[in-house]
Amino acid sequence: MINSLLDKNFEEVTLGFSKASAMEEANRCLYCYDAPCMRACPTSINVPSFIKKIASGNLKGSAKVILEANPMGASCARVCPTEELCEGACVMQKDDKPIKIGALQRYATDWVKNQDIPLFNAGVPNGKRIAIIGSGPAGLSAARELCRMGYEVTIFEAEKKAGGLNQHGIVSFRLPQEVVDWEVEQVRRLGATILTGKRVGKDVTCDELLENFDRIIVAVGMSKVPNLNIEGEMLEGVLDAIEFVKTTKQETVPQNMIGKKVVVIGAGNTAIDAATCAIRLGAASVKILYRRTANEMTAYPFEYEFAKQEGVEFQWLTSPKKVVGNEDGQVMALECVQMKLVDCYDRKDALLEVENSNFTIATDFVIRAIGQKRQVDLIQEFNIQQSNGIPSVDPVTLQTSNSKVYACGDVIYGNGYGDATVVSAVQQGKDCAYAIHHSLKQSSEIA
Amino acid sequence: MADLRINLAGIQSPNPFWLASAPPTNSGYQVQRAFEAGWGGAVWKTLGDPILNVSSRFAAVSFNGQKVAGFNNIELITDRPLEINLKEIYETKKRFPNHAIIASLMVEPKQEKWHEIVKRVEDVGVDGLELNFGCPHGMAERGMGAASGQVPELVEKQTYWAKEMAKTPVIVKLTPNITDITVTAEAAVRGGADAISMINTINSLAGVDLNTWNTIPHVGGKGAHGGYCGPAVKPIALNMVGECARSPHINLPISGIGGISNWQDAAEFLLMGATGVQVCTAAMHHGFRIVEDMIDGLNNYLDEKGITSVMDIVGQSVPKYSDWGNLDLNYKVVAEINNDKCIHCNKCYIACEDTSHQAIDLYHDASGLSQLKIREEDCVGCNLCSIVCPEEGAITMKEVKNTLPSMTWNERQEMLKVLNTTAEPIGK
Ligand SMILES: Cc1cc2nc3c(=O)[nH]c(=O)nc-3n(C[C@H](O)[C@H](O)[C@H](O)COP(=O)(O)OP(=O)(O)OC[C@H]3O[C@@H](n4cnc5c(N)ncnc54)[C@H](O)[C@@H]3O)c2cc1C
Ligand SMILES: Cc1cc2nc3c(=O)[nH]c(=O)nc-3n(C[C@H](O)[C@H](O)[C@H](O)COP(=O)(O)O)c2cc1C
Ligand code: SF4
Ligand code: SF4
Ligand code: SF4
Repeated sequence: MINSLLDKNFEEVTLGFSKASAMEEANRCLYCYDAPCMRACPTSINVPSFIKKIASGNLKGSAKVILEANPMGASCARVCPTEELCEGACVMQKDDKPIKIGALQRYATDWVKNQDIPLFNAGVPNGKRIAIIGSGPAGLSAARELCRMGYEVTIFEAEKKAGGLNQHGIVSFRLPQEVVDWEVEQVRRLGATILTGKRVGKDVTCDELLENFDRIIVAVGMSKVPNLNIEGEMLEGVLDAIEFVKTTKQETVPQNMIGKKVVVIGAGNTAIDAATCAIRLGAASVKILYRRTANEMTAYPFEYEFAKQEGVEFQWLTSPKKVVGNEDGQVMALECVQMKLVDCYDRKDALLEVENSNFTIATDFVIRAIGQKRQVDLIQEFNIQQSNGIPSVDPVTLQTSNSKVYACGDVIYGNGYGDATVVSAVQQGKDCAYAIHHSLKQSSEIA
Repeated sequence: MADLRINLAGIQSPNPFWLASAPPTNSGYQVQRAFEAGWGGAVWKTLGDPILNVSSRFAAVSFNGQKVAGFNNIELITDRPLEINLKEIYETKKRFPNHAIIASLMVEPKQEKWHEIVKRVEDVGVDGLELNFGCPHGMAERGMGAASGQVPELVEKQTYWAKEMAKTPVIVKLTPNITDITVTAEAAVRGGADAISMINTINSLAGVDLNTWNTIPHVGGKGAHGGYCGPAVKPIALNMVGECARSPHINLPISGIGGISNWQDAAEFLLMGATGVQVCTAAMHHGFRIVEDMIDGLNNYLDEKGITSVMDIVGQSVPKYSDWGNLDLNYKVVAEINNDKCIHCNKCYIACEDTSHQAIDLYHDASGLSQLKIREEDCVGCNLCSIVCPEEGAITMKEVKNTLPSMTWNERQEMLKVLNTTAEPIGK
């Protein structure tokens, strides 16, 4: 009973537009020329065009405009930080009423998903083989475009299910697995072979790939959450936020948080997702601890709002010092210290501990959400140039120091490329595909 | 991918979407931009003796915040010299040989005038001619446009003169400022027209400014009636197209015009008998790019219906359009309210109670929520409640199975006549 109740908590929160609301909203769009919303979309979706098509009742055409530019348009409709992107650029800012572009995008893509109409075709085979490592949005997007241009694409995915963080990372009440599965299926339908449960570096070597494929795309994203490097970290009840969210995306969600106290450390979007998951798993209290303040946190404003509504507490200027356990090796409490932002060392916001301000918070779980590590091993195995575990790439072609190897998505995030967002990963995947096509055409390897 | 090509009285075009003769087709630059955007044809801004225009010229009617529900203008025909227009038509045709360029013409009702202009435009390679008998303002005061378009004899005669010289198909563009459009359409038939197009604009005054008491638009404090077009005129245009399409005396291809804003509007005109459509206001509101969705939407619609050529839908609804006297008096629908979908605005109730047949009962349930129920025996099936209902699916009009056979007014009158005549001898 409890079981199914908790599962219900992980169903999609936002209901899609009804037909009438979609029509009303679509007709509110001005159909701007040289529209700023389109320029603000990292994948350059022709927003006025797809909205006009909703208004005219051409939903198939609308979905095609979206998915042409963005193969993961159904996911993006749900998880894009629209207020920072398209909706933030919409000209209708008066009275705070920009067009709800994300919701309209969802309306059109949901329609085509439910009708299950194929919109794209594989290209005439050109005999070239491309290996893609990672089936996240970056890898899938590259695969979709390459298949359309006639490449034989093989995706190697370490996990049992394809989709990357869309499948395992982003909480299901914002992005249901069924949407991700559909997007993966679209790529498969175009002829891509997706080998799941195949970790490159373990099940297949990089050398094998280099030997057997004409080009390789590294789209492996980032890795685990790093350790806090404090005492008590190995106690039972200290969790990696991404691993934790992943457990909520299984058939049935875990039951062990019901009535428990949870502390999340960090204030990015992953922290928020972990915290809201904990609430939905029935935790009695969920606190987010952050060293700095609301002003510095990296979570999107809408995520922050959502977390507060869900009942997550925020405790600013607080840093963990030590996890305290009981005799059974389980978490009991977290010892913290108060922080302060001071104007010194040439910085306005240097962070210092407040002396003698240590205090403890009783808790059953401590969830680490302080960023993600890099896929260092794989990068090393490819022997490509990198800095801090981030492969160095050509800014236009996304080619690495090995001319056969390209990289896109979160794996190159941090050296000035895009954001760690789905939409940015999708665009980079497209860019990689076109760059590969261009280079093979130039070297006359294909017509 | 359906075949969108059309053949209208011998004029071929890659799709049924043409720009109507109006500001969008004023110059070669514009028409070429339009063809690049995807328009299949363009009817050039009406050529004739140069005129003078006024400023301002346009006004629009907004409806509940929606801009340009209707559009009103007091612009005349082209204000550019004929030579320049001819040169640009020639250049445009050369660049776009597969697109349709139609020259719209308006001259004084004199044979030699028509002969001269027809010859000159055909010399530069147009695919067809459209005779503008429709402009309702300015030109009409000079005996041209609607003034001649309202007189069947003048329509016939001028069409005949144009046809005497023309080698390309002649389309006669009709004015809606007339009681029965089939009368002038038949005049065009008698004059030898190859096709008809409709509608031109409808006499109108967009509004009056409540502060200055000026007309909208006005020219230095004075106004004159203009021509109305845009979404608001679509039903008027659609009827006129339907009336001509179903008339046994006309039988000419029709180019449908009036309020067409998207592919759905266009498809309705095609179903009601138009072989192609022309668009002005929607392009003026949004630019040439609107044609992209017109083509894409129409194509997807045809694909979905399994229809391979757009020509196959032309006129499919015409047999369904008839006289009132041919409608079945025994057919009956009644409203049905789905209280699960209802949002309890009670608009259906007050509409029926105040202005129709008092067929809806309104009561409140235990929680005070309104519940609505149709009394079927009182419902006349007028549709009013379902029209005012804001919630999709809350009111459906459902057919009531009838035991009586179909009987139209005309059949009824026939029957009464027979009854009366057979009854007569007995009566005598
Ligand atoms: C909790 C959470 C919430 C998020 N919320 C949002 C959001 O709301 N909006 C948004 O835009 N972005 C969000 N993001 C970020 C977004 O998910 C990522 O930016 C995006 O998924 C990056 O795509 P990618 O394809 O580069 O990498 P990933 O999605 O990480 O995919 C990489 C794939 O490669 C596989 N892989 C790794 N190593 C190997 C190997 N050696 N061999 C084979 N396969 C391998 C992995 O298993 C994985 O499937 C969120 C991220 C997290 C963690
Ligand atoms: C500003 C303006 C100028 C027009 N000028 C002409 C013209 O020169 N010749 C003509 O035949 N029709 C002219 N028309 C009428 C249009 O061709 C068309 O018949 C009418 O606008 C209806 O179509 P719509 O509802 O798509 O605008 C004009 C219309 C407008 C709005
Ligand atoms: S900026 Fe806003 S109003 Fe303009 S086209 Fe984009 S969504 Fe529509
Ligand atoms: S649309 Fe252009 S021509 Fe017309 S009033 Fe505005 S600026 Fe002038
Ligand atoms: S108009 Fe429609 S929504 Fe309103 S009360 Fe009637 S049935 Fe309900």
